Amino acid sequence: MSTDVMSLRYAPSQRHTQAETVDNAAFGFWIYIMSDCVLFAALFATFAVLGRNYAGGPGGKALFDLHYTLGETLFLLASSVTYGFAMLSATAEQRRRTLGWLALTFLLGLCFIGMELHEFYGMIAAGHGPQRSGFLSAFFTLVGTHGAHVTFGLIWMAVMMAQVSVKGLSTPVRSRLLRLSMFWHFLDIVWIGVFTVVYLMGVMT
Amino acid sequence: MSEQRSMESTGLGHASARTYLTGFILAIVLTLIPFALVMDNWLSWTATVAAIFTLAVIQILVHLHYFLHLDTSSSQRWNVMAIVFTGIIVLILVGGSVWIMFSLRYRTQPAATHTPPAVRRLA
Repeated sequence: MSTDVMSLRYAPSQRHTQAETVDNAAFGFWIYIMSDCVLFAALFATFAVLGRNYAGGPGGKALFDLHYTLGETLFLLASSVTYGFAMLSATAEQRRRTLGWLALTFLLGLCFIGMELHEFYGMIAAGHGPQRSGFLSAFFTLVGTHGAHVTFGLIWMAVMMAQVSVKGLSTPVRSRLLRLSMFWHFLDIVWIGVFTVVYLMGVMT
Repeated sequence: MSEQRSMESTGLGHASARTYLTGFILAIVLTLIPFALVMDNWLSWTATVAAIFTLAVIQILVHLHYFLHLDTSSSQRWNVMAIVFTGIIVLILVGGSVWIMFSLRYRTQPAATHTPPAVRRLA
């Protein structure tokens, strides 16, 4: 009984607090993303320094197929946009549509990571693993760290699809979807740096 | 009401299907151009490098604006401040490392291998 009175009395301010919580969580997550950005910057710097140390092994020109990289890039880019549509559906509180867009995003992300693993497997099977040269160590560390982020993003997305279908589009669920969208778009931005610095520059020398 | 305010201040209030599609088309164009430049060798080495890095920076700005909805409005002030600060750190970290290590290589290698990359490419 008393809880009813309490909830009536505090309802408006509680809702306000909930909105502020979403804001604060998003800002906190943005700060995390910025720190992740610095982590990637360190790996990019490592690659810039070691990227020409072939130790007699193959360079980018022999290893990379730009058509393949372009395919990966387009999968990741498309997944960024489909996630945007998932967010629009979530804001419009269309649960089925949100799930559909999330599933499509998941599949596109899976295609990206599948292509990346296939590329890694081919290189390692041919004896061009991370232990081959400074260039390949830096390559596998940088591209592999990005791939690991995408993989965790996919796990997070699977969890969110389960939450949307079980819990519906409640405020906490939408708040998490918002943070995953920030994470997912950020990974696409890092990939712009990867295909420019690693693949395009790698093929040019 | 307050929920809407919250989504707005994190940028999503301004999002629409048109925003995402515009961003998507711009991003595809800004991806295809650098790949074409490198695959078809239209420009000199230096011009190609300058072009692909410029296009990468533009595409990053496109993603930030159209996908992450970052703008100069007051609700975004702290987000923008954080990314500007991070940008400075990244420049110091990457630029500084590259500067130091390439200067070191230049100073420690025998004179015979001192040819800059553009010249070595022609050889």
